[in-house]
Amino acid sequence: MPHAPAFAMNGVTVRFGGITALDAVDLEVPRGRVLGVIGPNGAGKTTLFNVACGFVTPAEGSVRRDGQPLTGLKPHHLPRHRMARTLQGLGLFERVSVLENVMVGADRTATSGFLSSLLALPRSAADERRLRERALTTLDELGIADYADRVPGSLPYAIRKRVALARALVGEPELLLLDEPASGLSDEEMESLGDLILACRERMSVMLVEHHMDLVMRVCDSIVVLDFGRVIAHGTPDEVREDPAVLAAYLGDEVDRTAAEVPR
Amino acid sequence: MQQLLSTTLTGLTLGMVYAAFALALVLIWRSTRIVNFAQAPMAMVTTLVALQVIDAGAPYWVGFLVALVSGLVLGAVVERVLVRPVEGKAEINAVILTLGLFIVLHAVAGLVFGNDYQSFPAPFGLSGFRVGDLNVALTGFGIFTIVIVLVVMAALAALFRFTDLGLRMRAAAFNPEVSRLLGVPVGRMLTIGWALAAVVGSLAGLLIAGGSLVYPSYMDSVVVFGFVAAVLGGLDSPVGAVVGGLLLGLALSYVSGYLGAQLVTLASLVILMLVLTLRPGGLFSSASARRV
Repeated sequence: MPHAPAFAMNGVTVRFGGITALDAVDLEVPRGRVLGVIGPNGAGKTTLFNVACGFVTPAEGSVRRDGQPLTGLKPHHLPRHRMARTLQGLGLFERVSVLENVMVGADRTATSGFLSSLLALPRSAADERRLRERALTTLDELGIADYADRVPGSLPYAIRKRVALARALVGEPELLLLDEPASGLSDEEMESLGDLILACRERMSVMLVEHHMDLVMRVCDSIVVLDFGRVIAHGTPDEVREDPAVLAAYLGDEVDRTAAEVPR
Repeated sequence: MQQLLSTTLTGLTLGMVYAAFALALVLIWRSTRIVNFAQAPMAMVTTLVALQVIDAGAPYWVGFLVALVSGLVLGAVVERVLVRPVEGKAEINAVILTLGLFIVLHAVAGLVFGNDYQSFPAPFGLSGFRVGDLNVALTGFGIFTIVIVLVVMAALAALFRFTDLGLRMRAAAFNPEVSRLLGVPVGRMLTIGWALAAVVGSLAGLLIAGGSLVYPSYMDSVVVFGFVAAVLGGLDSPVGAVVGGLLLGLALSYVSGYLGAQLVTLASLVILMLVLTLRPGGLFSSASARRV
């Protein structure tokens, strides 16, 4: 299937007890494109990401990567499928150096088993050097090589976000899942994050969940809007901006609130 | 002078064994937040297996190796088969599980190997040196104990600090969810952690057994000492476990030498109470967040 999208969901439904968190969601991330997922809080964006990375198994529907179904996807299969995900909470290993944090993510081909790891130490040492070099190169590409030997806890938030991004990129994924990459960043930092995401498109497809509309409108080729677990709109940024359903469900909410505040 | 030297050297040797045992507890605590009360009987079983091999005519070192390898296997099997279902559940489940395993292993060892006292050989001499007029209470086996524990500790430190496997094991211990996302097979890392811990525990078992008597409960007092040493060091820190083991070995040796051997267990419990009261995070805890 030469034209299969890098990532696709078909009719994905997730229920938690009586609540339907995702209701027959369809979406596609074409190769080399950026798909944005937006929606009000509680719309199901995080659940959608959790399905994409195997934390949650959907009750119905299928998830495909390059046209191949990802049945029984588990989080630790992500590198195998050339996928990587960043987390809202960053999830850096606090007492481990920045370089080592990134090295854990660099280990896509980590197939060495128990005994081979224990016994074949010389080979592991060569592996180790290669991992270290790859990790350093990635840190350098993101402009944070100077912090390689520091522990994440001592660094400013924007740098830590870059470390988390480096850890996702170092495995050379073909599909990058970004969970609110801009939260907590200044306008300037968001600007350079946007440049970075656009540069990524040459090497991979990207799916991102984000609240900052400026960034979403700037970097996304297409956008999916979720509300109460359903896709209420999808299209290019311009189409979505004009969509009445989106205005009602998402932006309209904001307008109402502003309107309510005006009389005071 | 003579007595001070003797008690210090005895304490140092014993402390090394406690350190190894505490290290085994800490390895498991760090990765799975479980205190493995069955550590001692697991070591006991592997030592008794080694004794069977030695009694069958094999050299001491073959038995030694058999004990370590069976420790490796036993640790891996215990984690994979028994501990895995209770991981991430309420803490009490794991406590009851390892306590139950403690009792079961005792009973099984009694059935299979008998409850009699059997003497376990030592590879080196058990008498001290004489330097001029001074009796040095350091035996050949004592030197071996100190050296092998140091070697094992250095090897473990190197494994965790300098290898890819060690890095992934640390990552899995710090944050299993994130590690999974990064492709770390967390379950396998835990199995390896338990296996390594059981090897270190087996080593402690062999060192206690050397030149002395073994029977199903010969390791039981070491549970107390090893646990006190681990708590002394802060349960979370491998270095702390080693220092805690050495401090405890020395302290108990002085108690035994100057106050009387019957006070040793009492003293270890007093130390445990003092540490838990005054520095609950262990001697090496930095002032950390306090739960109110």
